Amino acid sequence: MNKQTVLDLAAQGKRIDNRAFDEYRSPINIQTDISWTAEGSVRVQIGETVVMAGVKLSLEKPYNDTPNEGGMMVNVELTPLSSSRYESGPPSIKAIEMARVIDRGIREAGAIDVKKLCVKPGEKAWFVIVDVVTINDAGNMFDSIGLAVLAALKDARFPEVDEETGSVNYKKKTDVSLPILREPISITVYKVNGQLLVDPIVEEEDVYEARLTVATDKDGVVSAMQKGGNGPLTLEEIEKMVSIALEKAKMLREKLD
Amino acid sequence: MTYEKRLDGRKFDELRPMEAKVGVIPNAKGSASFKSGKTWAIAAVYGPKEVFPRFLSNPKRGLLRCHYTMMPFSGSGERIRPGNSRRSQEIAMVMTKALEPVIDLSEFPNSVVDIYIELPQTDAGTRCAAICAASMALAHAGIPMKDMVCAVGVGKADDKVLLDLTYKEEQISQFNEASKGQPATDIPVAMIHNTKEVTLLQLDGEISKEDVMKSLELAKKGVDEIYKVQKQALLDFYQGGNQNE
Repeated sequence: MNKQTVLDLAAQGKRIDNRAFDEYRSPINIQTDISWTAEGSVRVQIGETVVMAGVKLSLEKPYNDTPNEGGMMVNVELTPLSSSRYESGPPSIKAIEMARVIDRGIREAGAIDVKKLCVKPGEKAWFVIVDVVTINDAGNMFDSIGLAVLAALKDARFPEVDEETGSVNYKKKTDVSLPILREPISITVYKVNGQLLVDPIVEEEDVYEARLTVATDKDGVVSAMQKGGNGPLTLEEIEKMVSIALEKAKMLREKLD
Repeated sequence: MTYEKRLDGRKFDELRPMEAKVGVIPNAKGSASFKSGKTWAIAAVYGPKEVFPRFLSNPKRGLLRCHYTMMPFSGSGERIRPGNSRRSQEIAMVMTKALEPVIDLSEFPNSVVDIYIELPQTDAGTRCAAICAASMALAHAGIPMKDMVCAVGVGKADDKVLLDLTYKEEQISQFNEASKGQPATDIPVAMIHNTKEVTLLQLDGEISKEDVMKSLELAKKGVDEIYKVQKQALLDFYQGGNQNE
């Protein structure tokens, strides 16, 4: 697919796959509990894009500056299994940005009550790591990964802790969920040849001028944003992009519940 | 008699339930998913394409390269740190050797075929599931092959020779009350389906020569059953059209 074709089509108000600019691909599938070894897990599919996410919990010593809190981290593996564009090795800057943006959307948004993760102040607290692994990258990794992280966190159950030794028994799960306070959903809106669109395929990602990721909760409160891409955005465009993000987050939230 | 009934109720010569599918990764030239009980391997084949770094290229034939990765949440204990470990590199190497004898890359000089494996969940037998998935993905990619490679773990838990051991059976003394506490023996085996020639063989444990041979006989039975499942998945794909989920 010629880059110019994508741009020309956009100028005419069209997309290569004939979708409307605000239309997601189908199917959108969220399948939880796909991995018995994870404390929570999910497979998310948007069109031909597929990612898997899994939650692992561990008991650690809290950080010195936050002795009453546990923690949470998102890691993204853009695997060479999922696209010929990715290579083995340490995470690329693309993977790091993605993980950081999702992290900001969920952790910094206070999605998890990290104080409730504390078991014994200064000594022991739960740390939550969500690993996302891409299976087929056919575009829109941002939204797929954001959705997968949230769904995996919702699916997670604490493992049992041996009372005598204090060690985690990963073979047995309790029925206690993570202390989730808010459920922010990230939507990334792309600007392609002046048009604003969602759920890009790879060909559209290759030519975008700018993008804006907006995380919002069910009350429409914005909890994180990140602008990407080389081009600038006007305030009018940002306003439109946030509106689109709010509307699309509502649609994805329905799929999640 | 110390191991009377298998922990999951199977017969001693019975495989775990299998599920296989090809065409699960549209971006790849060929792909497959292979589940054996709670062990799950997904494989993608890319190439033949140019080799980097260049000095690895062979002007006579193409190169096969396997990459084996357990997802960070796929172990039954703590999180596994992402990135290559000594274990994953060794498994990738023995997998490559297990598959090479059936493929013919003489038409693709100076090129490479990469096979990437990811495991979302594991319960022993990961390298065997990985080889089964890889073999299907190579066939799906249309790489010239003379046969399929099928792999299964065999071995001994307490006094019994077993087909397709689970994690608990590999740690039998912890889980079987009547266990004499002898270490279990785990023998991953890969065979070329038609000839039953062995292309992967490793062993960990304590076992007599007689029981090794008994185990390998059992592996032959497993290989025939695995082959049927692999073949059916390929037939389903080509007869049922492209079924990307």
